Amino acid sequence: MTTTPLAPASEEALAEIIRDHAARRAPLVIRGGGTRPVGPPLDGEVLTTTALSGVTLYEPGALTLVAAAGTPLAEIEALLTEHGQRLAFEPMDHRPLLGTAGTPTIGGVVAANVSGPRRIEAGACRDTLLGARFVNGKGEILKSGGRVMKNVTGYDLARLMAGARGTLGVLTEVSFKVLPAPETEATLVARGHDAHRAVALLSKALGSPWRVGGAGYLPADLAGGTSETRIRIEGREDSVRARGEKLVRHLGGDWEMVRAEESAALWRELREVLPFVGHDGAVWRISLKPTDGPVLLDLLGQDGLAHHAFLDWGGGLVWLVTPDTGDAGAAIIRGHLAALGGHATLVRASENTRRTVPVFHPEPPRLAALARGLRHRFDPAGILNPGLMDPAPAPLTEHA
Amino acid sequence: MELPAPDPSILARRDAILARLRQAVGAEGLITDPVETRAYECDALSAYRCPPMAVVLPKSTEEVARIMRICHEEGVPVTPRGSGTSLAGGALPTADSIILGTSRLNRVLEVDYDNRFIRVEAGRTNLSVTQEVESDGFFYAPDPSSQLACAIAGNIAMNSGGAHCLKYGVTVNNLLGVKMVMADGEIVEIGGPWADLPGYDWLALVTGSEGQLGIVTEAVLRILPRPEGARPILLAFPSNEIAGACVADIIRAGILPVAIEFMDRPVLEAVERFVGAGYPECEALLIVEVEGSEEEIDTELARIRAIAETHDPIEIREARDEADAARIWAGRKSAFGAMGQINDYICLDGTIPVSRLPDVLKGIGDLARKYDLGVGNVFHAGDGNMHPLILYDANDPEEFARAEAMGAEVLRLCVEAGGCLTGEHGVGVEKRELMPAQFSRADLEAQMDVKDVFDPNWILNPAKVFPLTLSAPRRERRRPGAAAGADSPPAPPGQAA
Ligand SMILES: Cc1cc2nc3c(=O)[nH]c(=O)nc-3n(C[C@H](O)[C@H](O)[C@H](O)COP(=O)(O)OP(=O)(O)OC[C@H]3O[C@@H](n4cnc5c(N)ncnc54)[C@H](O)[C@@H]3O)c2cc1C
Repeated sequence: MTTTPLAPASEEALAEIIRDHAARRAPLVIRGGGTRPVGPPLDGEVLTTTALSGVTLYEPGALTLVAAAGTPLAEIEALLTEHGQRLAFEPMDHRPLLGTAGTPTIGGVVAANVSGPRRIEAGACRDTLLGARFVNGKGEILKSGGRVMKNVTGYDLARLMAGARGTLGVLTEVSFKVLPAPETEATLVARGHDAHRAVALLSKALGSPWRVGGAGYLPADLAGGTSETRIRIEGREDSVRARGEKLVRHLGGDWEMVRAEESAALWRELREVLPFVGHDGAVWRISLKPTDGPVLLDLLGQDGLAHHAFLDWGGGLVWLVTPDTGDAGAAIIRGHLAALGGHATLVRASENTRRTVPVFHPEPPRLAALARGLRHRFDPAGILNPGLMDPAPAPLTEHA
Repeated sequence: MELPAPDPSILARRDAILARLRQAVGAEGLITDPVETRAYECDALSAYRCPPMAVVLPKSTEEVARIMRICHEEGVPVTPRGSGTSLAGGALPTADSIILGTSRLNRVLEVDYDNRFIRVEAGRTNLSVTQEVESDGFFYAPDPSSQLACAIAGNIAMNSGGAHCLKYGVTVNNLLGVKMVMADGEIVEIGGPWADLPGYDWLALVTGSEGQLGIVTEAVLRILPRPEGARPILLAFPSNEIAGACVADIIRAGILPVAIEFMDRPVLEAVERFVGAGYPECEALLIVEVEGSEEEIDTELARIRAIAETHDPIEIREARDEADAARIWAGRKSAFGAMGQINDYICLDGTIPVSRLPDVLKGIGDLARKYDLGVGNVFHAGDGNMHPLILYDANDPEEFARAEAMGAEVLRLCVEAGGCLTGEHGVGVEKRELMPAQFSRADLEAQMDVKDVFDPNWILNPAKVFPLTLSAPRRERRRPGAAAGADSPPAPPGQAA
């Protein structure tokens, strides 16, 4: 393993490196800023996209932004802010939770399909992705989608790349639909509810016409002794106030309205998983049916699995910390999800745990076979992050 | 437009194949009478027709699986069909194929307001999904103009959009899960009433894959609470350029309307003549609709009005109530019908960057003069999805050929402007041969690789999407009764554990 990563400065140079490694069957570890090393530890020469940097097109009047994959996320966010716009999916910064350094890149955000609390209203990263260019494991430069809002021309390989974590190709350029940033925001906070009651309130709010853009719950143990149910509203000042009042009447009970900067801090806390920063243990990210969030927590309690947990996405996202011993609770958690539906990713754990516990939720056999089939077509030499999304490589069959 | 020659060995085994299908779904699920199969020989792109070998109408996912197992074993091509409203020939059969229709798969399976989803069988019509939940204050967002007829299955296959997708997205943004039957008959479930997928985004691949990757039998759809209200404003301008600039200014100002519709002069004239819409005399007309509470709507419309006033509008009309709103929308809703009164038309749906609206509209006008054909433009301006309607006389083959040639040039113009061949109707057979205008050979091979992985024998809607000569080697690998896996690629290289 070399210490200086390969950092090609052009798509063509990147393709050349991949062709060379494919010919030698020499594995590559694909990185953006290296701030989100989720997955089992990987072996190989590090290839980073950071030298492919810069916004190549930004048309505020068309809500479109195109950037090279290695462009720092911060640079894009600053540019958008200047024009009163933003990436609606609110990507999480993994550095606090994972204790990583470095500069998050837009390509890394897409490769990991990173979305934050606003996902319930604005969709995931992949929902606003309009197109992508990438180099597959054969060193071919490919494109899918484009820079327009609507596009059904051919298969959606761009969205396939989102969340594929570099295992099917190395992203070189991505384009997005961006959205206007609101004038202000506020959060309604209710205290003292248990998780079931909280999720019932969040469901009621999300089922109302008042455009809830964040719905989370911090239990007493993570909120300084009294639980907090949080509902975010964004928009123009008068609209935020009016919707807040309507929601309070609709939901009943006591709600405090937290404004502007203070409100933003509440969502940064959930988005960046700050309650688990400095908290030892394995961190799980579980996506499931919102009303099953509290149900899962009850089941884990009955099983005696020591844990702390909080909820986002109206209950549909459970952030869970468990002791980083044995399988870190994998069998219990995934056992319950087999019955409830949903999936669990082991976002943070010791190297040893990540080597033995599948980090990504195992898929049913036929889907796992399709995944292997795709990897074989896009990366026949098996050099792009090999083993990252295939913890138990099995013989390839395109038929079950 | 060309279809591959039917496989004689399949036609020769027709009776045996149909007997097996009859056994699988019962006599009432199988249509073989040539008079009855006539209804299935085309979709809404009715210029192209071909009778299928038979039509099968299963009642359950298990029946679909049985049918697919038989077709897999017999090597019979399958043309999936929802309601047959495709404008791209997506549901056009070949003579050696069976149509697998979803019309009897139309039950609502689950409605869950707490978790904001509905689970339906895929043959259910788009509008009836919203109707199922609207009395409880919810709706299903993608609303193609064909929503009364088109099926969720077809919407997923084409990734259909609607007038409101600027705000709510298209099908792919509103689909949470599917149950699907693979080409060999295995049933898979993808996603569910929760966010994201644990591995690769199978939902994004299946959405827009035009029936080439599997037969979708059930869908989990996101439903949304209905907004408190919605009202449009009408803005009339002296030129397409000015209207285009106004669209960009509205968006730049941070306003996100639910719809921005654009009509140009030829369409406005047709609408005036045939339905007397009472629109102002102008070159370009915008209808902008916003949602929210009464106060929010008032504020947003006032802001839009202020922006429009900086562009020398000929007239601004703000809807004060529902009756006003209906009057403003009436002309737009009848635009396609009104154009159809003038002549037959080809409806294109290339998409372009919004900033290129004025010059692409001008380019389309130039092409209309070059080909000596009438053209009108009515489209979703907020998202750049153009719908040029090229007028021609269906009884005049020469004029139809000219219209087709002009259509191809218009689509190339859209691609050159940074856009794409199709924004919501799909490629089907119509735009298949134009794909190289947008994609390189390697791009298309990569897409066909995906199809190989899902459908190694290419029995699902095989002669669509990809240029025929490019897909031929893969399609022709399919042989009746070919053993599954016969063409599996070599074993993968040893992976570093
Ligand atoms: C008047 C009119 C207006 C229209 N307006 C719009 C519009 O505003 N927006 C828009 O996006 N489209 C529009 N369309 C196009 C068309 O309605 C859509 O493409 C629609 O989604 C097709 O649905 P369908 O059920 O009719 O599908 P079909 O036409 O039957 O089939 C469409 C495609 O889906 C595949 N398919 C069908 N069932 C399945 C299944 N179970 N599994 C896998 N694949 C399947 C077919 O093979 C075919 O490729 C319009 C069409 C008309 C005629």
